[in-house]
Amino acid sequence: MADQAPLICRDICKTFDKLEVLKGISLETQKGDVVSLIGSSGSGKSTFLRCINLLETPTSGEIIVQGDPIRFAQNRKGERIPADNHQVELIRAKLSMVFQGFNLWSHMTVLENIIEAPIHVLKVPKKEAIERAEGYLHKVGIYERKDYYPAQMSGGQQQRAAIARALAMEPDVMLFDEPTSALDPELVGEVLRVMQSLAEEGRTMIVVTHEMAFAKDVSTKVLFLHQGVIEEQGSPTKVFDNPESERMQQFLAPKFG
Amino acid sequence: MLDLKGYGPELLAGAMVTMELAFLSLAVSLILGLVGASAKLSDNRPLRAIATTYTTCIRGVPDIVMMMLFYYGGQLAVNSLSDVLWEAYEIDFFFQFDPFISGVVTIGLIFGAYMTETFRGAFLAVDTGQIEAARAYGFSRWHTFRRIIFPQMLRHALPGIGNNWQVLLKTTALVSIIGLTDMVRVAEEAAKAERMPFHFFIPVAFVYLSLTAVSELFIKWLDIRANVGVVQRS
Repeated sequence: MADQAPLICRDICKTFDKLEVLKGISLETQKGDVVSLIGSSGSGKSTFLRCINLLETPTSGEIIVQGDPIRFAQNRKGERIPADNHQVELIRAKLSMVFQGFNLWSHMTVLENIIEAPIHVLKVPKKEAIERAEGYLHKVGIYERKDYYPAQMSGGQQQRAAIARALAMEPDVMLFDEPTSALDPELVGEVLRVMQSLAEEGRTMIVVTHEMAFAKDVSTKVLFLHQGVIEEQGSPTKVFDNPESERMQQFLAPKFG
Repeated sequence: MLDLKGYGPELLAGAMVTMELAFLSLAVSLILGLVGASAKLSDNRPLRAIATTYTTCIRGVPDIVMMMLFYYGGQLAVNSLSDVLWEAYEIDFFFQFDPFISGVVTIGLIFGAYMTETFRGAFLAVDTGQIEAARAYGFSRWHTFRRIIFPQMLRHALPGIGNNWQVLLKTTALVSIIGLTDMVRVAEEAAKAERMPFHFFIPVAFVYLSLTAVSELFIKWLDIRANVGVVQRS
């Protein structure tokens, strides 16, 4: 079981009303993979990430987390829905997410934010959850802010707190949805450094990002999405230095010109 | 010292009736408000229609007319239900629809409609990102409601609840019309008998005023607690 792929997505499609956003995206990760999803706005990369933990229900396609395929059913209107909400909750607990807008719970302190899900979802005893949380707060460098409320901190600190919240779930895969896009430029670095250290520890991560330097230097695999399909994928060296598709070349061009 | 001409104990008992009525009606209205708001925000079309009919009807009819309808109509309804149950199933069911019950039911129903609107607005004010984060971390629907939506909603609902409560407290004075011996009713009788309206109504006014003043302080305290973690913008 140790070498089982933490996450496999096969042929994920997503349609909103008549709009086809994803047209068959497949991704297989190995433990320790850091996958960067890049592409212009509207390419479907965030939607794909949100399909993985069922914040959006894929119209078709398969998602397998640690060998456990998510079961689907149909509702009365013929739309696809998850068959078993409890299974979805269990799977989400294994895939923690970091959001663009942080989404820390505003009525809880940083520490309360971090222990909430471990205590109530994973049923970790409170004392242990607090010890674990404090460890991760040290790791992301905001231990001294543990009793602050989110609104009392900078965006960079909030995002690091959100990363600590994600780590406290001890997830199989971490999902990052444009984690630095809402930050002031001078705060981006502190968040990227934390993410880089996580990558170096061998955590499995899927990162939707506009930070090309991060995608190039930190990830093990890059997926370039365009209009709902994977236009280019492979190692960062291959995708960035020798892109085959014309789209990818256009996407990179202004950055070098 | 204030001389209440021997009506003191009766007035005090009336004030107790006023408070009991107000608190019970508040409880009913809060429950109806939560249920009503959930119905209005649900995906279920019939539920939404029922809740909309409820708030439209209640808010569009004068409180006093509602109270008359429930007081006279309520007993008639109990009577006919009692007849039907006895004839069809030989079940002996009856209770007196007294002015107190009518008062609680009517005021609870009226303010339930206002609370529905208050809660509906408050639920909508909760940032969807907060709910999404709860879902993404494997929270069940109930857990999301209890730990995230409800506490955050409360912050937005409290000013409206406080406002409704003050109006509700004053509306209880209407029950004197359907014969409940509340504070206003006692004062009215005393004022007539002693021909001293100011002598009795001014203390009554002060009792209402002190109740609302204390409530205001309490709501303020609740508000501070509910707003924890929110940066105040003045």
